[in-house]
Amino acid sequence: MNQLFKHRLVWPAFTLLLLLALNAGFNSSFLHLEWRDGHLYGSLVDILNRAAPLMLVSLGMTLVIATRGIDISVGAVVAISAAIAAWMIGGSLVIQDGVATHSSRFPMWAAVAGALGVALACGLWNGVLVARVGMQPIIATLILMVAGRGIAQLITGGQIITIYYGPYFFLGSGYLLGLPFSLFIAAAVFGLLWWVTTRTALGLFIQAVGVNPSAAHVAGVRARRITVWVYAFCGLCAGAAGLIVSSNVKSADGNNAGQLMELDAILAVTLGGTALTGGRFSLAGSVIGALIIQTLTYAIYSLGVPPEVNLVVKAAVVFAVMLLQSPEFRQSLRTLVQRPATGRQA
Amino acid sequence: MNAHVQPLAAQGQPLVKKRPRLDPKFIPLAATVSLFLLMAALGSVFYTGFFSAQVFLNLLIDNAFLCIVAVGMTFVILSGGIDLSVGSVIALTTMVSASLVEKHGWSPAAVIPLVLLMGTGFGALMGFLIQRFRLQPFIVTLAGMFLARGLCYLISIDSISITNPFYTEVSQLRLPLWEGAELSVSALIALGVVALAVFVAHYTQFGRTVYAIGGNEHSAVLMGLPVRSTLVGVYTLSGFCSALAGVVFTFYMLSGYGLHAVGLELDAIAAVVIGGTLLSGGVGYVLGTLFGVLMLGIIQTLIMFDGSLSSWWTRIVIGGLLFVFCLLQRLFESRRR
Repeated sequence: MNQLFKHRLVWPAFTLLLLLALNAGFNSSFLHLEWRDGHLYGSLVDILNRAAPLMLVSLGMTLVIATRGIDISVGAVVAISAAIAAWMIGGSLVIQDGVATHSSRFPMWAAVAGALGVALACGLWNGVLVARVGMQPIIATLILMVAGRGIAQLITGGQIITIYYGPYFFLGSGYLLGLPFSLFIAAAVFGLLWWVTTRTALGLFIQAVGVNPSAAHVAGVRARRITVWVYAFCGLCAGAAGLIVSSNVKSADGNNAGQLMELDAILAVTLGGTALTGGRFSLAGSVIGALIIQTLTYAIYSLGVPPEVNLVVKAAVVFAVMLLQSPEFRQSLRTLVQRPATGRQA
Repeated sequence: MNAHVQPLAAQGQPLVKKRPRLDPKFIPLAATVSLFLLMAALGSVFYTGFFSAQVFLNLLIDNAFLCIVAVGMTFVILSGGIDLSVGSVIALTTMVSASLVEKHGWSPAAVIPLVLLMGTGFGALMGFLIQRFRLQPFIVTLAGMFLARGLCYLISIDSISITNPFYTEVSQLRLPLWEGAELSVSALIALGVVALAVFVAHYTQFGRTVYAIGGNEHSAVLMGLPVRSTLVGVYTLSGFCSALAGVVFTFYMLSGYGLHAVGLELDAIAAVVIGGTLLSGGVGYVLGTLFGVLMLGIIQTLIMFDGSLSSWWTRIVIGGLLFVFCLLQRLFESRRR
């Protein structure tokens, strides 16, 4: 029992369960699932579907944070990837024989590959700045965060591109085997990462880089190369999230797509128990963290509170989590609890 | 050796030696100032009507709030930290001011000190958390950013416009300088803040301690400097500057809104970096930040004067400038080693 409580994932999982219970308490139909139109339907499925982009970004962010870095450009990369996909698919409707059909500029696979390729390039750029040039991660990614939204607006021409191409919607709102397709993308990335980090030495190398980059280098770990590719992978994840987001809302908005996503992703990773100081990381924790954030959002909507108040709740959660993670705070709490006892003795 | 130098000096060598050479620590500042002058010169050559006193004064008038925020941010970055909450503290200040003045009929004379106190307290709280519990400034101020924006929406989700005569009069007030060129009250406040900050940074114990902490916090502790109170003080100062910028922003926009100044923290950080302050802390000048702000302003003005370039080019150019300056900083750092 004690062993179970010491497991790192206990607190995130407990928080998630508590939130789910809270939701179920306020809304009796919350846990209800039904089979409709050939797929599962219900609040839980909805939360999973909407959390998929955040899960993807958080997974990439987990690796970056594990190497003692941070990537605050993911929101901008989401916008860029969405803009490229929307531009390549094209926002034009053509009326042919009285039926509105879509004329695509490029085939869909090319649009998806193009968007992911550009996102990967964005990540590589960040990685090179951090690992080769030696900039601080916050600053290196700040450059892309500032310029990225400008680039996304440049691609969309400052407009919101509406997508009319049916097959593209499958990415964000399609269903496979009765479950949202976006969930399969997130699950595939998670499975791949889990396999790579537990079954190969890469996971250990990433932790080594995060704990002490120079020691890792001396020990023969190619710290720089690993750092570059970790950022590149984070960019790729953000790109995939951009595809899902744009497909889900059927448009690309250079200014608002992925807004504040970098902060949500960092929050999800922190909630999942990965310390921002690098080293040990938990992929499953980050997924749970992303689910916590989405469930929290859902709860706030269903309670009928204005969605903007969400920010206050998030702030409270961040404050609580980081205080609990701080050894100094735990120490002062401990003394606070123990002081009355010793006082009685005296 | 000395005997050798003496006769050489007598032969007029000291003239060469005494030639004023730029101290390497001023190079980033010099780069910013010369780039600013170059941009001003280019603008004056290519666009008619660009070279006028009012255009340059407008740089200050339109960016007064950014200038004040960036000055506070300079101290935070000099100490080796970062403050992401500044934009949302501005929004909260405008919101509280507008709500108290318009909806509750408070007098501006009471509201302005109150919001200044509120921002200062907000900064002090974050500084306390960062210092006392060894939390990362990035995460604490991030939470502060969420909190301040959220509080805005708790007050009101919609924009509240201000019709109070005091606010409208101050926002219209222009001080004539020469040949029709004018300066606003906000710009004067910004200049005052810069002057005061230069004094604080270089002639007070607080300022010197901030530089020492940024250089090496551990050494600063060993030197017996008041590191704890200074660290809290830095974030308190930044909170005060954000609130003051919020007051100025209220004069500028004449409304309170939760979506005011979104992303301003990025502009402020960019201005500080372009102004030559090292993000690793300990190196930089408040005056550089002023030029960093003016640089952001002149990029906007140039793009506006050009007319054919869209507004999003501003962001791309600022990103590019940031890249160039960070690269330069890295070069300087590696050369110093």
